[in-house]
Amino acid sequence: MQIKVNGEIQQVSEQINLTQLLNDNQVDNPDMVSVQVNGEFIAKEDYASTILSNGVEVDFLYFMGGGQ
Amino acid sequence: MIDFTEEQLERYSRHIILKDVGIQGQAKLLQAKVLIIGAGGLGAPIAFYLAAAGVGEIGIVDNDVVDLSNLQRQIIHFTADVDSPKVESAKAKMLAINPDIKVNTHSLFINHENVRELIRDYDFIVDGTDNFGTKFLINDACILENKPYSHGGILRFTGQTMTVEPKKSACYRCVFREPPPANSVPTCSQAGVLGAIAGMLGTMQATETLKWITGVGNLLTDQLLSFDAKTMDFRKVTLKRQHDCPVCGDDPLITEVSEAEVPLCDLKAKKG
Repeated sequence: MQIKVNGEIQQVSEQINLTQLLNDNQVDNPDMVSVQVNGEFIAKEDYASTILSNGVEVDFLYFMGGGQ
Repeated sequence: MIDFTEEQLERYSRHIILKDVGIQGQAKLLQAKVLIIGAGGLGAPIAFYLAAAGVGEIGIVDNDVVDLSNLQRQIIHFTADVDSPKVESAKAKMLAINPDIKVNTHSLFINHENVRELIRDYDFIVDGTDNFGTKFLINDACILENKPYSHGGILRFTGQTMTVEPKKSACYRCVFREPPPANSVPTCSQAGVLGAIAGMLGTMQATETLKWITGVGNLLTDQLLSFDAKTMDFRKVTLKRQHDCPVCGDDPLITEVSEAEVPLCDLKAKKG
């Protein structure tokens, strides 16, 4: 099935959950990002139980702490 | 209404001829008070452009002295300024560009005890700090004091920014609930940053500040803009204010800034 990850179309397997999607996208540590699915934030403890469906839009919002 | 001098009319002529800014917009700039927290990579271009634009009163907060490793990106500090307090170095350059403005130096380390009082005197706050603890502290203080502010963060070749209008638009905590665990996300001092990235993001934050003051255009509220300079991809993600946000939500848990938000993880790398 097709989903959008950070604005780009990706082919993913059916029944993929958010934890697997993060792994597939080289987000090794879930603490590095905040995740929206179709514009709604998903709590970290719900990543494994969040099954993605065809056509959803997923955004990884990365922590960026620098400034100096 | 301010009576402009001949010199001011000439100095600010490129603003004044902008239809959206005009003499009224320039007058708003001259009457505005902006606080820049951090006189580093982001703070340097922000301070330069706000001073040049004639923002009437600019406060700048930093407790550090200029280090040789800062000069690769903190362009308001020069080689001769190494070992001088950053706020004094910044003030000298800002006044050299524009003696028409007032610069307040706050040579202190921002913490839960001083942040609310510090921001209270200003209209708009710009975050140019380098650690998550202080970024959350600034967010919470701005929500509690009802001060609009610009968030900015940079790392390696990337940057992100959003503008927050308290209780009207999504805040930093709506997006990122709490600071990441120590060492889970690298800082610039650990991972590096391309110097010009600070200029790209800092000038965006300065632009948002000028837009907020003059009322021109649409602010970067309810959106997180991020870019990756390796590909020059820019992206805006739409955000919503979260009703269960711990600080700006309907039933906030955070009603005072707390000591827990004082940065701990990055103290050893503070020179970053």
